[in-house]
Amino acid sequence: MSAQAVPARRGRALMRVIPALVFAAIILGWEALVRLRDIPPYILPPPSLIAQTLVADWGTLAPALWMTLRTTFLALLLATVGGLALALLFARWRIIEASLFPIAVILQVTPIIAIAPLLLVYLEPQTAVLVCAFIVAFFPILSNAVLGLRSADRNLIELYQLYGARPSQELRLLRLPSALPYFLGGLRIGGGLALIGAIVAEIAAGAAGQGAGLAFRIVEAGYRLNIPRMFAALVLVSATGVAIYMLFSLLSRLLLGRWHDSEANN
Amino acid sequence: MTNSAGARAPLVELVRVGKTFDTGVVALDNLDLKVVEGEFLSLLGPSGCGKSTALRLIAGLAEPTLGAVRWRGSQRPETGFVFQEPTLMPWASVEDNVWLPLRLRGVSKSEAAREIASSLDLVGLSRFAKAYPRELSGGMKMRVSIARALTTSPSLLLLDEPFAALDEITRFRLNDDLLRLQRELKATVIFVTHSVFESVYLSSRIAVFGAHPGRVTEMLDVAEPYPRDASWRATARFAEACRDASAALEHASAGEPVL
Repeated sequence: MSAQAVPARRGRALMRVIPALVFAAIILGWEALVRLRDIPPYILPPPSLIAQTLVADWGTLAPALWMTLRTTFLALLLATVGGLALALLFARWRIIEASLFPIAVILQVTPIIAIAPLLLVYLEPQTAVLVCAFIVAFFPILSNAVLGLRSADRNLIELYQLYGARPSQELRLLRLPSALPYFLGGLRIGGGLALIGAIVAEIAAGAAGQGAGLAFRIVEAGYRLNIPRMFAALVLVSATGVAIYMLFSLLSRLLLGRWHDSEANN
Repeated sequence: MTNSAGARAPLVELVRVGKTFDTGVVALDNLDLKVVEGEFLSLLGPSGCGKSTALRLIAGLAEPTLGAVRWRGSQRPETGFVFQEPTLMPWASVEDNVWLPLRLRGVSKSEAAREIASSLDLVGLSRFAKAYPRELSGGMKMRVSIARALTTSPSLLLLDEPFAALDEITRFRLNDDLLRLQRELKATVIFVTHSVFESVYLSSRIAVFGAHPGRVTEMLDVAEPYPRDASWRATARFAEACRDASAALEHASAGEPVL
């Protein structure tokens, strides 16, 4: 080990410690502010009360969390399968892309909050929420997969031709691996958006009764002026978002770690 | 070397070949070129003169608009192609990249193990079989690219300015490696370059290309016998051959606007 390695390692450790300290300082500052100023909990609950509420209301919040997680991941799964399948069709037949891509764009640019009430008219609330989450997650996955399938190195394509590769070999050995970094980028964006779509649709669905997710619990707690529970549900929504992001970052690192510049430099 | 060109039937012959791109650009016009088995032929010319297009026609990566590419026995022999860039698959290890040509023909990795090992051995990269392309230097990537072209034991090796992007020391070393490989494999080599020195150092014959439209303006023989090594660069014969090639190149582009 060289003499420079020690400071470098210390630098890396600091890179982990300092952000954690900053986060802790914000939480403590919040707690101190609420206590020193005597702010009532229905205006701003302190972090300690939010934590207590999280434990005390776990019986209500846990099923809601489960519901939101289920919707998000089911929507993401459908968007991934559908997006990838459609991207393969687009890459193979340009005419299908020319015909269907504008529709995908229309779905993408129309704000989901505006579509949700209409979907709620036609569909069961739970299905409508799922469809909303699917619609917002679908487009980034599709467009990134299309871009990825197109971005295979031209010379490599010619090399495959030179050695008489079958189209299935070209797809499996060349186009899909070339598309992987793009696809994973789309998945990371789509994962976050699926959660947003699910939350937005739950709020639009409002007091739809059974099978309520986290967003519904936030709205409901708001009506009852139960601010600590609103915060507790919000913490769970954020934690879900962070967990999804970390999951896909980890997936990217596992799949691209050794060969792609985006991960290999870390 | 000189006399053998006319004696045997050429391995491949380009007969009055013309190539016009969809854009209307005439890349090649009325090109005649004979390639003799076992020779080291360089296609030398300025950029945009169609020499790479000629190589792609020989590789079968493009079809001529006019004329024909005629093979002895009317079939292209086993061919290896090396691009200007290493053109490796970044997600695959060195050995998997080298395996590719055989893999596409349905040969499993264990069946191809001997070919992969011997190709890597030929370019001196046996130790790096498990490495990934991004972990290698530019020169090493090019060696992998050459090793890949060698796995099918080609009798014809086509190289499209393979060393243009490398530093001079690496280029000289790869030039020597290429000469050694050709001797060991007894392959025919067609080598596209814009470097007079490189073409003279390597080739038994040089086809000098002129641009607009692309065509062969002169054929030069380099009489120096093989094996050649770095001392060949220091000889008066080398300097003279370079002068001749430069003059031919200048003559080919006479009347062209200087850019």
